Amino acid sequence: MFDIAMIETILLTLRLAAVTTFVLLVVGIPLAWWLARSKAWGKEFVAVLVSLPIVLPPTVLGFYLLIAMGPDGPLTALIGRSLPFTFEGLVVGSTLYSLPFVVNPIRNAFESMGERHWEAAATLRANPLDAFFTVALPLAMPGILTGAILGFAHTMGEFGVVLMIGGSIPGETKVLSIAIFDFVESLEWGKAHILAGAMLALSFAVIFAMRLVETRFKSDLR
Amino acid sequence: MIEVRFSGQQGSFEIDAEFNAPSKGVIALFGPSGSGKTTVLRCVAGLTRLSRGRLVIDGDVWQDERVFVPVHRRALGYVFQEASLFPHLSVRANLEFGQKRTKGGERTIGFDDVVDLLGIELLFDRPTANLSGGERQRVAIGRALLSQPRLLLMDEPLSALDRMGREEILPYLERLHRRLSIPVLYVSHDIGEIERLADSLILMDRGRVRAAGPIADLLVDPALPLARLSEPAAVLDGVVREYDPDYGLAKVDVPGGTLLVAGELGPTGTVRRLRIGASDVSLSRKAVKDTTILNALPVRIDAVAPVGDAQVSVRLRLGTDEAGALLLSRVSRLSWNKLKFQTGDSVIAQIKAVALART
Repeated sequence: MFDIAMIETILLTLRLAAVTTFVLLVVGIPLAWWLARSKAWGKEFVAVLVSLPIVLPPTVLGFYLLIAMGPDGPLTALIGRSLPFTFEGLVVGSTLYSLPFVVNPIRNAFESMGERHWEAAATLRANPLDAFFTVALPLAMPGILTGAILGFAHTMGEFGVVLMIGGSIPGETKVLSIAIFDFVESLEWGKAHILAGAMLALSFAVIFAMRLVETRFKSDLR
Repeated sequence: MIEVRFSGQQGSFEIDAEFNAPSKGVIALFGPSGSGKTTVLRCVAGLTRLSRGRLVIDGDVWQDERVFVPVHRRALGYVFQEASLFPHLSVRANLEFGQKRTKGGERTIGFDDVVDLLGIELLFDRPTANLSGGERQRVAIGRALLSQPRLLLMDEPLSALDRMGREEILPYLERLHRRLSIPVLYVSHDIGEIERLADSLILMDRGRVRAAGPIADLLVDPALPLARLSEPAAVLDGVVREYDPDYGLAKVDVPGGTLLVAGELGPTGTVRRLRIGASDVSLSRKAVKDTTILNALPVRIDAVAPVGDAQVSVRLRLGTDEAGALLLSRVSRLSWNKLKFQTGDSVIAQIKAVALART
């Protein structure tokens, strides 16, 4: 049923989603912590920037990213190489695109935790870094899991940003949604059906898993 | 010695609190709600930082103009109103949380001792969510003790509990007080708790310290609002001399006199805290014969202050010298005037009831 090219596409998509989710957590958890705890004046401004991809058409985000990553773009100048039409470029784009879906639930989890446990940890001789890893992170775990799963799922399904900055290079940037689009364009309905069906099943499984994990964690922490 | 001085703006009201307290026993911070006692406690912990602060514990400066030791480096234990156990950790891991973060040399309070002292061994395998309020608070106290504090801070540890939970915890607090030498700063607005537990008292009002001193002195000071509470009382620590099993009465020596107290209060030499309500103490010029009242002791009138229109609050000193223990009596102003009592008079105090302040 699946040919080699399709499997390559599915694996690439999963790899992109996994790498992006990892980057999202590494970037998103400290960012969410800062947003939850800081009293800095510019904090809500940053929060709005993070949330922009929710309302922004993906093509707009992709367009700006393309410019930033272009030969004369600031990102190119910063890292010294051009990212469009590469896997790394997709990771950067997907990370920005999915950031709000990861940061917001984690921020909520940190905020709903309140001061009490944080203060208790300090009086029990835990320094802030220690308390972050041994108290704040474990208590925010349901939010972190929700964020990770949403980030993963959202990256799997993205299309607009990928189209703008990734194109359709098999094994490098040709992800599921692009492949489905290509199949439909070339009237290969059967293949489009297979991939679309696979996507549907996978998405269902992801959301279902998320519900299970959440219920489990909530009952543990109550 | 614990030297405390904090001042600054906290929300809408001003704190300017200063007191010294001995670094032993239970030091109660007492006052109406909004008097700033919890803020002072949080300042001592380093959880709240006011514009000016000074805190010295036995000569070690934890805070002054140049020094601010962060919370996690202050050797203190903090028991919050709500137990605040970590829900993601087992009871045992909660207890070990602070202990694990201390250095070997600091560990003078052993795990098994604390578990035994607080009776929490059977709780180890239960999820923290399934503990009762009293059980949680016991674990929280144990957790704080195991972090090897030089000072234990307790912020109304009983106020979130129902009556049963309170009665469950109080004996443990009394045991803690007897067995450990760590000073405790204890915030409460319940005078009953304080009569049972405290050795010294810091009386707070609107962000300031109104009075500070040994509890036995402050409770009977007619000038302080404590003597105008609805059921004022004196507490005094007495030493059991002997027990008369025929009548079930113990003879207890207190400074300046001896009291007969119902019940077997322990072997000779046991120290027991007694509570004598002000309305249980009446005064007469001469010893009254043929009365059922067991305790009639010579006292001197030490100070007096009116309470409303009808009553006066009288501080009495037991015996004939200045070393005598202090009692409080509340009598009607009419009798006071009719009998022409005056400060300095030697009179007889008839004590209708003596209760044990600690069980």
